[in-house]
Amino acid sequence: MLARLRSNWSYLAIAALFVVLILAPFNWFLGQYTTLLIFIGIYTIVTVGLCLLMGYTGQVSLGQAAFFGMGAYISAILTTTYSFNPWLAMLIAAVITGLFAYIVGYPIFRLKGNYLAMATLGLGLIMWILFKQLNQVFGEPDGISGIPYLSIGGFVFNSSFRRYFLVWAFCLVVLLISQNIVRSRTGRALRAIHGSEEASESIGINVNQVKVKILVLSAVYASLAGSLFAHHLRYIGAQPFDFLASVKLVVMAVIGGLASIWGAIFGAGATHVLSDEVLLRFGDWDVVVYGLILVIVMIFMPEGLFVKLKELFERFRLRYRQRGVEH
Amino acid sequence: MSSAQFVQYLISGITLGSVYALVGLGFTIIYAVTKIINFAQGEFVMLGGLLSFTLIHRAGLPFVPALILAILIAAAVGAAMYLLAIRPSRKASVVSLIIITIGAAIFIRGIAGQELTKDFVRLPSFSGEESISFLGAHIDPQALWIIGTMVVVTIILHLFLNYTMVGKALKACAINPVASSLVGINPKTMALVAFTLASALGSIGGVVLAPLTPLNYQAGIMLGLKGFVAAAIGGFKSPVAAVFGGLLLGIIESFVVAANWGPFTSAYKDAIALVVLLFILLVRSGRLAEEERAG
Amino acid sequence: MRNYFKYAVVLFLVVSLLALGGIGCSTKEEGGATPTPAATPYKVGALFASSGFNSTLGQTQKPTVEMLVDQINKAGGINGHPLEVIIYDTKSDTATATTLANKLIEDGVVAIIGPTSTGESMAVKTITAQAGVPLVSCAAGSVIVEPAGNNTWTFTTPQLDYVAIDRIYTYLQEGNITKIALLTDTAGFGAAGRKWLVNQTMLSKYGLSIVPDGDQTYGTSDVDMQAQLTKINGTEAQAIVCWGTNPGPAIVARNMRTLGMTIPLFCSHGIAFKSFIDTAGTAANGVIFCAGKLPIVDQLPTTDPQKALLEKYKTDFDAWYGSGIANTFGGHAYDSLMMVVDALKAVGPDKAKIRDYIENDIVNWPGTGGVFNMSPQDHNGLPRDPKQAMILVKIVNGQWTWLQD
Repeated sequence: MLARLRSNWSYLAIAALFVVLILAPFNWFLGQYTTLLIFIGIYTIVTVGLCLLMGYTGQVSLGQAAFFGMGAYISAILTTTYSFNPWLAMLIAAVITGLFAYIVGYPIFRLKGNYLAMATLGLGLIMWILFKQLNQVFGEPDGISGIPYLSIGGFVFNSSFRRYFLVWAFCLVVLLISQNIVRSRTGRALRAIHGSEEASESIGINVNQVKVKILVLSAVYASLAGSLFAHHLRYIGAQPFDFLASVKLVVMAVIGGLASIWGAIFGAGATHVLSDEVLLRFGDWDVVVYGLILVIVMIFMPEGLFVKLKELFERFRLRYRQRGVEH
Repeated sequence: MSSAQFVQYLISGITLGSVYALVGLGFTIIYAVTKIINFAQGEFVMLGGLLSFTLIHRAGLPFVPALILAILIAAAVGAAMYLLAIRPSRKASVVSLIIITIGAAIFIRGIAGQELTKDFVRLPSFSGEESISFLGAHIDPQALWIIGTMVVVTIILHLFLNYTMVGKALKACAINPVASSLVGINPKTMALVAFTLASALGSIGGVVLAPLTPLNYQAGIMLGLKGFVAAAIGGFKSPVAAVFGGLLLGIIESFVVAANWGPFTSAYKDAIALVVLLFILLVRSGRLAEEERAG
Repeated sequence: MRNYFKYAVVLFLVVSLLALGGIGCSTKEEGGATPTPAATPYKVGALFASSGFNSTLGQTQKPTVEMLVDQINKAGGINGHPLEVIIYDTKSDTATATTLANKLIEDGVVAIIGPTSTGESMAVKTITAQAGVPLVSCAAGSVIVEPAGNNTWTFTTPQLDYVAIDRIYTYLQEGNITKIALLTDTAGFGAAGRKWLVNQTMLSKYGLSIVPDGDQTYGTSDVDMQAQLTKINGTEAQAIVCWGTNPGPAIVARNMRTLGMTIPLFCSHGIAFKSFIDTAGTAANGVIFCAGKLPIVDQLPTTDPQKALLEKYKTDFDAWYGSGIANTFGGHAYDSLMMVVDALKAVGPDKAKIRDYIENDIVNWPGTGGVFNMSPQDHNGLPRDPKQAMILVKIVNGQWTWLQD
């Protein structure tokens, strides 16, 4: 009975989610928020990577915006100065970013906890300074403009409507892949490492290799998101890739619940709705409110808002149960 | 490079480095006692400067009392931050604590911008603006105040930590929190002391810096980051190490500009500092990992 | 376990739908509209960097617009229709700017003024162009409107970036200076300026060269530039050109004083703020910068076509926002808005017609930045001859003095 109820609900939930996602960009539904939803989709992709890295493997990255930025810049440069095919550029960007993560990963992961946080912070900042300064390569101060749209054959993604579906298609694929990883042997290895690295080593898990693999994966995700970002805005400057951006990404991951893949949608969504819609109403005080909310959410809901909501939902369900309602 | 130029670079490096050192001291104290990296540390420097200015110009207080009051208020803010934001988080994870301190920093910065001022403020120099000649180099007298304050503060801190009850308790807590609680030292009280002390130190930095260079409500971000690097170079362990880290950072920055080698133009001096940080972290990664596990 | 994920996702979506639906209606900040029941308001959008790192430039733009809207509506609106300007804060962030631009387009505006900075303008212009909404930017990047053929829907009102450099370099050449050093901010305003300052064609045109080790930069948040200045002090530079916004140049001026450097310091209009004089103190004296005419409006002859307009702006703004704060950047917002207003007066709320009007009918149009002459080939409209486009100001005894040359 319990199992059947659960699975009924979950099918309903998936269906509802898909229905909403498909209908969202239409004007009679949520059409006016299409751009917001595109950004949510893009950031969800980065957040999922962070969730895998921070939630499942237990590492920290305060410099994830660097990977995001690399994807965006490489796509931008290849498609403007060198007129590459945007899809090829996206692929190359992902490969380069992944390689970079691989090279950086081994030395970085010798550090733990606070020191790892510091090192990733430092790396993120160095990348950001490079983005700002290497004018010949990265086109600052005016940034890189005129980035072309993505297109498949003759179908050009030149409207928000079309790009919405493109971005969310990527996003859902990434989510499903990550879901699979988590439920596979690798996923169990990740959780083992989170639990105890020494214990994992002792049962034959090559801890460093797994950590680096996940870093590379999260970097690739971030790079893809960055490319999508570039082809959406069609202009790239260094500003969206600074320290505060990395912090925002971590916040999204945490709010969504670090150890939750689908929670990433929630995390990215809640953060964006917060800053783009809710905070607007506070005018000049929006920054103050943002800081306050961060502190409060972290103190009272450190596992994340999403997980807290799940808990509440659970408690309601159980209470509903206990009142002896039968089906 | 002539010897006069060398001295000039050295002096400006030491001046900047002293400010970084003061901020770094704050980071070090808090980290040593509580193992928390307080990303709001830079904001206290900003508060020192902005509060002094506001007290002088809006509340009409005379110069010296305004400075002292500003430091006290900043210290109080630090204590409040600990009590309201850190203590309630009990056994939160590293990530959560980092986000909490960042959230607190954003909050403090926002309030300062709204309630104090959004403009750049500058305090009058403590002893005039005539530059002093020294070995062929020119020094702004305020720079001497900054360096001097840093030295005095470090000495006082050293005496405090080694010769007073509270100080020694603080030190004990840093070395071994479990053992110290066994002998009756309350780690929560020590944490409170650490935060209050760190904010006071940061704001002292702001107060002596404000006459030399204009500050605004966003000044804390960069200064915090540099102070953090200073503390990291110093290993987050002892105040003296933090001071050394700060001075080293300031001097490196100054001489990177001086060298102007090929791609390492002045634009990259910030990046160089970070590379130094990374290098040190990686070189000591073995020992640091052990400390993390033990602490 | 995982089944609950889906639960909460649905919950989130439902909640956010409600939230978006409920909140979506009232997130706009309106610019002082006093609607008359009969006539429908004319809606214009505005994007300014009221916070973030461009806020020094953007700070006076929003109040300028609010003040103008208030004046216009009190005088009966535009042909009886109230003017409604929806102003959003881009927070100096390009991604936010694009989201807000889209929002404004959804809100049904017939034109958008701003954004404050070149970066934001570059990001926004593709969106507005695609939606067929005219954009009248307040940023100086020449890339925004040149070539005009590729930017049919985009205009901008400040003097273009290279004009400011032309102005300073003209003066240097006339002063027989040949060797210079640069000290520029690595970000935004300063970096954009540097691009032109080091441009070889530009330098050769005025017979200038940058001394070896003379191309120095500083970070926006740096508190001390003595190292860079010491470097420059050891060169043969006869003048220093500093490009950036407060507090950088103020610190540079003070550091130069401390180091006992006597060569002249030239700055950009990025220091056309009272706060530069406040923060630099006595070191400000002797600094020369280029600007629009607003800082020295009281010294203009009565025959100057802009004088009356500038004086009115200054007086009105002093009363509206605070004394002594009016600056040329707020002036760009003034120019952008008033062009749109004139277009609305002539052709009504038709986006394409407004675009056409601005392109063709803004001729001999006095604004705060200068006298504009827009055309299909020139979507800026200000003279490219530096002496006509900008004036030089010298700070003497803590006051702005018109330096006529």
